[in-house]
Amino acid sequence: MWSAKIIVEYKEGILDPEAKTIQRAFDNLGYNDINKIQTGRYFKLNFENAIKKEEADVNVKEVCDKLLSNPVIENYTYELEEVS
Amino acid sequence: MKKVGVVVFPGSNCDYDVYNVIKKVLKLDAEYIWHKETALRHYDAIVLPGGFSFGDHLRAGAVARFSPVMQEVINFANIGKPVIGICNGFQVLLEANLLPGALITNKHLRFLCRDTFLKVKNNKTLFTSNYKENEIIKMPIAHYTGNYFANEDTYKQLLDTNSIVFQYSNTNGDISDDTNPNGSAHNIAGIINEKGNVLGMMPHPERACEAILGSDTGIGVFSSMLGV
Repeated sequence: MWSAKIIVEYKEGILDPEAKTIQRAFDNLGYNDINKIQTGRYFKLNFENAIKKEEADVNVKEVCDKLLSNPVIENYTYELEEVS
Repeated sequence: MKKVGVVVFPGSNCDYDVYNVIKKVLKLDAEYIWHKETALRHYDAIVLPGGFSFGDHLRAGAVARFSPVMQEVINFANIGKPVIGICNGFQVLLEANLLPGALITNKHLRFLCRDTFLKVKNNKTLFTSNYKENEIIKMPIAHYTGNYFANEDTYKQLLDTNSIVFQYSNTNGDISDDTNPNGSAHNIAGIINEKGNVLGMMPHPERACEAILGSDTGIGVFSSMLGV
């Protein structure tokens, strides 16, 4: 069975207020070596057993483009892996 | 009598306010349209109201955009009929690509619920013809995701087509960071499409149509659109 792990992130230059707030906590904790933090979303999709890798790949791209990301402000990456 | 369709998504909460303005203030006809309905041709205008459709999950408006009614709203807009999206409705219109750009989290990470002053930047639209040019109007905002973002190309296109309709301002009409409540690019509070029949705005005109509510300067949006 094919499974997809998808990460959706803000594009460079888009305000990421959650990351800014977490950065403050890092500073308070003394982790001064961390100079950039970015937040994002993680999705995991499992396909039916009969679905081939190529079909799964097309489907993942489609749902990312149509629904899971907004191309105006976000990029996505994904990995497909075979799981039992 | 002109009839306005008010779309109701699960989680819409300004639908009654819009309905009330059309029926009681303007004394025209209005009907609710459940988001699963698809017959819109007999309406003169469609309003996508504010609220938290589908709990704002994923992104505000992202799930509502795929409700069955939305394909018909797109067709309705494509034949040139008027569509307004207010607050969450604006977010839905952006997700549906009926308007350019996107709305992101407010700059200071706060839900904002307060009155704002807007400058009517373009009064030569279907939705603002009852206002004077540069008129200052007052209406509330109530949102967490109202920070309008457009890349430079989109912004240039908005300027070239005179599509910026409302900007956050003060009573003097100053447009600056000090008068920008949420970080929106260039203080943008409302835009129209190039064809001029689709308006999206974050402030709530429907909550500013009767003096008893603190302002009645929002009525111009609806009265302009309906030609009254």
